[in-house]
Amino acid sequence: MSEFLEPFERMLEDVATPAAVRAVERGSSIAAMWGAFAESGFLDALVPEDRGGAGLPLAEVQPLWVALGRHAVPLPVGETMIARALLPDAPEGPIVLAVAEGATVVVPCGLVAAHFLFESGAGLHMVAAKGEATGVPASLAARIDPRPLPAPVAPSPEGGLRTIAAILRAALIAGAAERLTQMTAAYANERVQFGKPIGRQQALQQEMAVMAEEMVAARIASQLGCAGSFPPSLVAAATAKSIASRAAARVAATAHAVHGAIGISEEHDLQLFTRRLHEWRLADGSESYWNRLLGAERLKDARRSVDFVREAL
Amino acid sequence: MPVFDTLTLASLPAADEALRAAVRALADEVVANAPADIRARSWSGFDPAFSRRLGAAGFLGLTLPKAYGGQERGPFARFVVVEELLSAGAPVAAHWIADRQSAPLILNYGSEAQRETYIPRICRGEFVFCIGMSEPGSGSDLASVRTRAERTTSGWCVNGQKIWTTGAMHGDYMIALVRTSGTGEDRHAGLSQLIIDLKAPGVTVRPITDLAGDAHFAEVFFDNVDLPVDALIGNEGEGWKQVTAELAFERSGPERIYSSVVLLDAWIAHLRATGRDDGATLALVGDFTARLATLRAMSIACTARLALGESPVIEASLVKDLGTAFEQELPVAIGDDLAAHPGEEVDAELYRTLMFVTYVAPSFSLRGGTREVLRGIIARGMGLR
Repeated sequence: MSEFLEPFERMLEDVATPAAVRAVERGSSIAAMWGAFAESGFLDALVPEDRGGAGLPLAEVQPLWVALGRHAVPLPVGETMIARALLPDAPEGPIVLAVAEGATVVVPCGLVAAHFLFESGAGLHMVAAKGEATGVPASLAARIDPRPLPAPVAPSPEGGLRTIAAILRAALIAGAAERLTQMTAAYANERVQFGKPIGRQQALQQEMAVMAEEMVAARIASQLGCAGSFPPSLVAAATAKSIASRAAARVAATAHAVHGAIGISEEHDLQLFTRRLHEWRLADGSESYWNRLLGAERLKDARRSVDFVREAL
Repeated sequence: MPVFDTLTLASLPAADEALRAAVRALADEVVANAPADIRARSWSGFDPAFSRRLGAAGFLGLTLPKAYGGQERGPFARFVVVEELLSAGAPVAAHWIADRQSAPLILNYGSEAQRETYIPRICRGEFVFCIGMSEPGSGSDLASVRTRAERTTSGWCVNGQKIWTTGAMHGDYMIALVRTSGTGEDRHAGLSQLIIDLKAPGVTVRPITDLAGDAHFAEVFFDNVDLPVDALIGNEGEGWKQVTAELAFERSGPERIYSSVVLLDAWIAHLRATGRDDGATLALVGDFTARLATLRAMSIACTARLALGESPVIEASLVKDLGTAFEQELPVAIGDDLAAHPGEEVDAELYRTLMFVTYVAPSFSLRGGTREVLRGIIARGMGLR
């Protein structure tokens, strides 16, 4: 386990309680929660040491991103880590990442960001903006039209910004999926129907076993995505986001199926995680988006499939 | 805190990775003229000469001590070798079970004399073993086996029947789970494991032809089969515990993700030849690639637990269940893809491979523990009772 995970996790337990997450979603000030991250130094985890950062390898940052997902953190902490690593003069405050391809985009955490880092063509552009609410209740995602963009502040990272955003997103999904798996198993052991805990029903046990499989697959795929250098390769990012996005919808579905009606209610914490899973599944490319790119890479290659995955990852 | 976090990314040590080139050369040589539909039969391909060549080259007994003819390299080395053999589609049936399960079982529970008798020759690829578990009335409910071994003045006398025994028609020995005391009511108590010489008088092996036209499993009858006293492995009455450990060896290797990989590669070769690259095709190729990559990483993660000396029963069940679902989905999706493009010529070899894998795919989630049994194990690992 990364030595940084334990203090990070402690901080999350402190500042990102379900009540605090809900407060941010209702529009309360993010100052206290963001302040905790800013003061902790973790925002510079990926910044090279010669620029005053921690210079952590991607593989050591991955568990931190997973932890953000495990706590449904409502702020773009991972995104800001990435932006600060890419830009020597990144502005203070929360930054979100997006790729401008002409059309209006939906960006998770956009409503609580101070800046949007857009990639357009071969350049990165920093925009101080707020974006508009999507109209989806409690969602902190923002719709924003990137046009017109100011002059670029830096060239695009190798492989593009979406590749980096995808490995973050996969890690967040893995974390939320982990929390949901735990919550669901615990609930199944408590909830009594037909005179016994529903977790004793074989039909539910089988569904929850598959849920655990999907969750572990998402976590391992996320680790594969973060196993190499920063920025990640296309194959690594595609594998991570494809598997995590695929798992996201399935894990959310089983979590709700087992919880029954209470899991649909606002007052239950389940929705803090399942809503995010759906949002993160779509953000930065769904499974089909990444599958197409990965499939194209695969078909360029005459080797056996096992050799392809072994050597490309 | 994390759950199931014992499954975490691991990499193959360079020293074990170094075995790859040499085992690949042997595998490529043996499959050089084999069409894909024969290579897809890797598990049931019976080629004793090839297994002996692997043994001579040091590719069997990789996890076993040198004192018994093994290589003392460990589970990572075995992962590399097995991965190469299966992805090439090499015939592995002549050593597979002995190398994977029988030898480790004999090492763990056998007497010194049994170890010396069997393990060195397994490591040389000379002894073919099969596993006698299922019976006509005992499938997933293994504790209900009725084949019985009675004590005699000279050893044991076995009566009963096994069925669905993979490789019994080629086997030199069977390690059989039998009842040595009590009745089916006693469940796990009173079961023992015996090594049965399949050439002993009273043993009859009758191959069973499967739906793909192959006969890789058989029924085996025991009619007053006299065995010496040292046919017993481990302790009398502890067969259940031993079998459970044996199944962990069976469930955790890379073999649980590669059963359809020859078909996958044949289909990809077809796509490359036709040049088809529309979005739906690319997405399907990408989906398979991402899942294969992830399952391989999960399988290596499981191997890492074995390398630590653990018996990762829950982790192995998790990888096997997800792996067999992938293996079974491949022929379904590839069949759909090919038949969605009627203008494209599918060569006879690819078609035969597709249909072979389609027909045998149900067995992927039966052998070594059914999907439902594995999911039950995972659920217990999640604290569900």
